[in-house]
Amino acid sequence: MHEVDMTRCLIHALEEWRVAQPATPRIRTIHLLVGDFTCVEPSQLVFTFAAATQGTWLAGASLAIEPVPLRGRCLACGEVYQPDPARGYASPCCAHPMDEIVSGRELKIKRIDD
Amino acid sequence: MHMLNNHSIEHHLMAANHQQAARNRERLNACQVLCINVMSSPGAGKTALLQRTLQSLQPRYRMAVLEGDMTTQLDADRLATLNIPVVPITTGRCCHLDSRMVASGLTLLAEQVEPRDLDLLWIENVGNLVCPAEFEVGEHLKLAVLSVTEGDDKPLKYPVMFREADAVVISKIDLLPYLPVRLEVIRRHVRQINPHCAVFAVAALSGDGMDGWLAWVAAQQLALTAQRRSQPTLLATI
Repeated sequence: MHEVDMTRCLIHALEEWRVAQPATPRIRTIHLLVGDFTCVEPSQLVFTFAAATQGTWLAGASLAIEPVPLRGRCLACGEVYQPDPARGYASPCCAHPMDEIVSGRELKIKRIDD
Repeated sequence: MHMLNNHSIEHHLMAANHQQAARNRERLNACQVLCINVMSSPGAGKTALLQRTLQSLQPRYRMAVLEGDMTTQLDADRLATLNIPVVPITTGRCCHLDSRMVASGLTLLAEQVEPRDLDLLWIENVGNLVCPAEFEVGEHLKLAVLSVTEGDDKPLKYPVMFREADAVVISKIDLLPYLPVRLEVIRRHVRQINPHCAVFAVAALSGDGMDGWLAWVAAQQLALTAQRRSQPTLLATI
């Protein structure tokens, strides 16, 4: 349940953002980017966020999580590929190890709608 | 009508943890202490590897351990017999160490030993192949331990941990004759995910394969102090 601690980090970040605003905003939606190559389970994050924000200024705000696929670049031929975890992480074109990750490690707050 | 405002912010979700981790690392850098975060599933042999490693390096380095454990002090007690400062960090129900817990651990450690007198700080994380991979604690290097009894598919099942690792120690290799597991398959799976990490195969109880691992630790320690020596002295603030 590390999503609980991640939620705490997220709320901390939102608090920091709030104090920089002229008035306490009423947030509707927080848009997150969550890479597939992270240890985050989006549904857990949504659940813990809803539980942790009850009775706070963030109550009722929803999380919109946009998943980001894992993509690697094959350093042998330059092709960008999407590994299939069931088949391993080497590039399908050249069987090169997954050296460069192009996307999939994101854990970002992208946008806040109020 | 309420206007919908969009506030575009590019903020890392884990920024609060990362910021504290960076402060921890600054404290360690100021004292030239190399910090290695040891992670694995429960029972992979982190404590046994640490025991053997500490014994072997004790004549050369001054060391300490921050010992993460969910509810007990059992691992801390095992290591304390070596006469090395061990600070237990009980994480309660938390399945990983975070940078805040390690910050408290560093403060407690400073009550036991002058941090500037240390060369190496080991952090034994909570046994878990998932969560600790996402929580930086201020370490310089991440070590993932994988025992051969866990099967050769584990790097593929827990890829983030093996991707994040600077070194992988494959442990309990003395059990290989009894298992349908091949060392080269484990290595191949690790390499697919992380072509740059150092990989060692050891049996901590017999000491097999420890030399390469110990030499790597020594090289990393040397690299940190050499890098620090070329910079102006920082005030130790631990």
